Parts: sequence; C-alpha cells; structure tokens
Amino acid sequence: MLLVCGDSHTSTHGALGALAFGIGMTEVAHVLATQCLWQRRPRNMRITVEGALGFGVTAKDVILHIIATIGTAGATGCVIEYAGSAIRGLSMEGRLTLCNMSIEAGARAGMVAPDEKTFAYLAEKQYAPKGAEWDAALARWRALPSDPGAQFDHEVMIDAASIAPMVTWGNSPQDALPADGVIPDPMHQDDPARRQAMEDCFAYMGLSAGMPVTELRLDRVFIGSCTNGRIEDLRAAAAIAKNGKVAAGVMAWVVPGSAPVKRQAEAEGLDAIFKEAGFEWREAGCSMCLGTNGEIGRPGQRIASTSNRNFRGRQGAGGRTHLMSPAMAAAAALAGHIVDIRRVQGAA
Amino acid sequence: MEPFISLKSNAVPLVQDNIDTDQIIPARFLARPRDDDHGINFFRDLRFDANGQEIPEFPLNRPNWRDARIILGGRNFACGSSRENAVWALHGWGARAVIAPSFGDIFAINAVKNGVLPIMLSADAVSALMAATIADPEAVIAIDFPEQTVTAPDGTVHRFEIDPFAKRSLLEGLDELAFTMTHEEDIAAFERRFGRDNF
Repeated sequence: MLLVCGDSHTSTHGALGALAFGIGMTEVAHVLATQCLWQRRPRNMRITVEGALGFGVTAKDVILHIIATIGTAGATGCVIEYAGSAIRGLSMEGRLTLCNMSIEAGARAGMVAPDEKTFAYLAEKQYAPKGAEWDAALARWRALPSDPGAQFDHEVMIDAASIAPMVTWGNSPQDALPADGVIPDPMHQDDPARRQAMEDCFAYMGLSAGMPVTELRLDRVFIGSCTNGRIEDLRAAAAIAKNGKVAAGVMAWVVPGSAPVKRQAEAEGLDAIFKEAGFEWREAGCSMCLGTNGEIGRPGQRIASTSNRNFRGRQGAGGRTHLMSPAMAAAAALAGHIVDIRRVQGAA
Repeated sequence: MEPFISLKSNAVPLVQDNIDTDQIIPARFLARPRDDDHGINFFRDLRFDANGQEIPEFPLNRPNWRDARIILGGRNFACGSSRENAVWALHGWGARAVIAPSFGDIFAINAVKNGVLPIMLSADAVSALMAATIADPEAVIAIDFPEQTVTAPDGTVHRFEIDPFAKRSLLEGLDELAFTMTHEEDIAAFERRFGRDNF
C-alpha cells in the first residue's frame, strides 16, 4: 500500500509494511485531484538492530539511539527498512513508534517487513478485508518483505545490547544520550560554529556541561502524541504511575493518541490510575506535541515529553523539551526530575 | 506558478545546521489561509521578541540583508515538519532561492512547487559564500538556472544538480496539476487494472 498525508509523521504506517510518507499541501491537492504523485525512486537504507534489548529499553529508545548515531540528516533522501531480531521482537505498537520518527532521522519513510505479528494486528481491525479477500490480501502481503540478498544503498548495524533508555538534552532529536549520561561539553567541539550553536542551545535549554541529565528538574510532563499515544504506551506509563504521586510543582498530562485509544484505556481503568496518581486525563489529540490548539508550556518551563520533536519553541516559545519513552516520562513525573528507568523501584 | 530563470542578489546567511520548519514558521500560524501574508511570520520567534520588537542581531533584521532574495542555509536546512507554510513564509518574506549543503526532503519538494529554487552545493562552497556575504553584505551571488550554476561574488562558478522534471516545472512555471491531468486517461486505465488485482 502507498499512503501519503500532509503530515511528516505519516511514516508511522511503515510499521504495517506500507510505503507511507508526508507531503506538502500542494501535493495533497495533487493527490486528491489525480490519485497520483510525481516521485523519484528514493535511495534505500537498512538499519539492522540485532540482539536483545536491555531492561527498560523501548522502541522510543531504539529510534532515539538510531538518530543519535546517524544524525537528523543521516537518512536524507532515503527510505529506511528497520530489520534484525530486535526489530522483529518489537510489538506492532513499538514498530509504529519506530517508523514514526523516521523523519527525525531525515528519511521520508521507514518500514518494517510484515510478519505474523503484522497480520495478527491487522486481522482484528475494523476495516481489514474478511474471508476470501483476507486470504488474497495475506498472500500478497507475504510477498512484500525484501528478498534475501537485497542490495541497499546504505547499511547501518546496531547492537541491541548497546542501547540504553534515552533522553534528549538539546533542540535536535539527535541530541540524545543514555539516561545515566551527562550533558556534553561544547569545548569538545572542534568546529567553532557548532560550539557556538551548542552554547546557544545551552542558554535556551538552561544546561551546563557535565551535569547529569537526571538532575534536570521538571515543570511539566506530556504523555501522548502519534509517537507514543497508543494503548501500550499508556499501559507502560500507568504501570509506573500506580507506584506513586506526581511530584509537587509538576503538571503532568496524559493525552491518548485517538478517541478509540482513550475509550480502551478507560475500559482498562488506566484513566483511574493516572488520576489517582495526580495526572490530568485529557481528551485525545495532538495537544502539547506542537501546541497548535494552544496547549503549550510557558517560557522557561522544562517539559518531559513522549513526542517526537524537541525543537526550540515547539511546545511553546521558550519551552524546554526533553524527549523520552512513556515509562520514563511517567517516572519523571513522580520524581519531579528526569530519571533513569533502570533505577526506578517497581519498574517492570 | 511564477517561473524561476535567473537571479542576482545579495544573500543572507543563516549559518546554523538543522534549522527546522518550526523555526521558519511556528505552529501557531499554520491555520492561516494560503493567501495570507506569511512573510511576516518568517522566523517569527527569532526575528521578533515577545513584545513584537525586532531582534536587531538576527540576520534577517540587518539593514543590508532585508532585501536579500537568496538565503544561505546550513546542513539539513528546513528539516522536520512537512508544513508548506515554511515555503510560503520564505517566499512571502521575499526570498526566491535557498543555497545549502542539504535540505529537509519535504521542504525541497514544496519549494519547487512554489517558485522557490533549492540549490544544493558542497558544504565548503556554502561556507565560502557565507564568508563572502558576511565580509560584504552587499556581495552579489548570481544564479543561472538554465545553466545550473551559482557564481560567487569572487567569480567562482559552482554547478548544481536538480531533478530534470523539477527544473522544467520551475523554468516554465508549469502548473503540475494541469500537466498531470493531461494524463487522465492513463491514470484511469491504471486504476481499472490495479483495482482488479488489489483492494
């Protein structure tokens, strides 16, 4: 399936084996009028993550690690195929998170080869083909994975065991480090322009070199978005939230990614867990991911966010965003500062 | 669409890498109609302070660069959100070309469809152009689109690559939608064939 939409995070659908990418409004009009789009064949990149993911490491950490490794322009002009045992081991929802942030690695699209997990996930869906149509569709989908020996323009190999729970410190998604890391030192940058850019970022983000990232105190927590607003994300956050209360002075929001996710979470009692812990349970939507609806932070507020972009001003002018996984964000809400999920009592 | 053929102008340098489209136009302006003046919101939060006063140090506010029609960008210029408003803002401000070592893919595509030419040159070539324009803000850069060249103020000529279809569209100011519609029968035939085998 080929799927386009006027939103760069359309790449999310690559988790289903679709070629899915974001386009601008002129191209949206072109598709609506003609069902066509002029395209050049993109280059392809395979990112293989082999091995077992460590304790507390989620799909969000995998993609932040990948972006920190290859950079935000690392896959420019490419479609990424995510492969390897660690990727196959991810749930469908984890794969959606992974493909979602392909754009933050510079790629237009990211894909995971469809497998039994994909088919099982689709079989339950309301608009999935039924009966003989399902069988025919399945036969076609089984032919979608890359051939053995397929050639890629770029190959990246990553050892799953090397991936830690990740947090971003700067204003680019590539500014990510392990949760037990310290803020890097601009003096280690040889390029003066980059050193200056880093110092500007430190001023904006209120950082100093060598500071453990877990010492950063938070004003707000946002759990939601197309990156991490699915039911598994809310379950992971609730599993942490049930162990405590939101720290004094922290405003913590949970925003389901869609109305069906909200209903399902409520059916599972997750909303009660969040409310009991002092989180606000809000209406589904994009909310603080980009704040088009006015749901933004105040200047200088430090925000733990499960969304996809930590750009300057993204969550409100002067807002200081740190990206992380839902469990890490929930744990940070309880602690009042960024935490390493591996050191949280009761994290499972 | 207005065609792009050639351009001689001084250029404004925005030296940072990874400038994202959230900087180019913040999300709170995205709901405005296409026909609005988006130029006023170009780099809104870097050009103006919270009180709406110009920030004099920002390059777009420097007197010599206000009329520049070329932007020199860092690596991965206009990455991030697919918002076409970023191109509208850039165009509305008055720029017609961006020269950078690399672009966010979606921005580069959107640019071509709005009469703005994205030119990729080597990082060294862009750095040299930035240095020249910082030394002399009035220094003129010449873009010859049919020849696919950029001539630096010191006379150095850089050749750039562009997709042939994008080049034709921009040179002719082609309405891409009208062009595609001339293939309507082919599209319908494909859909009949495709629809039989897929759903």
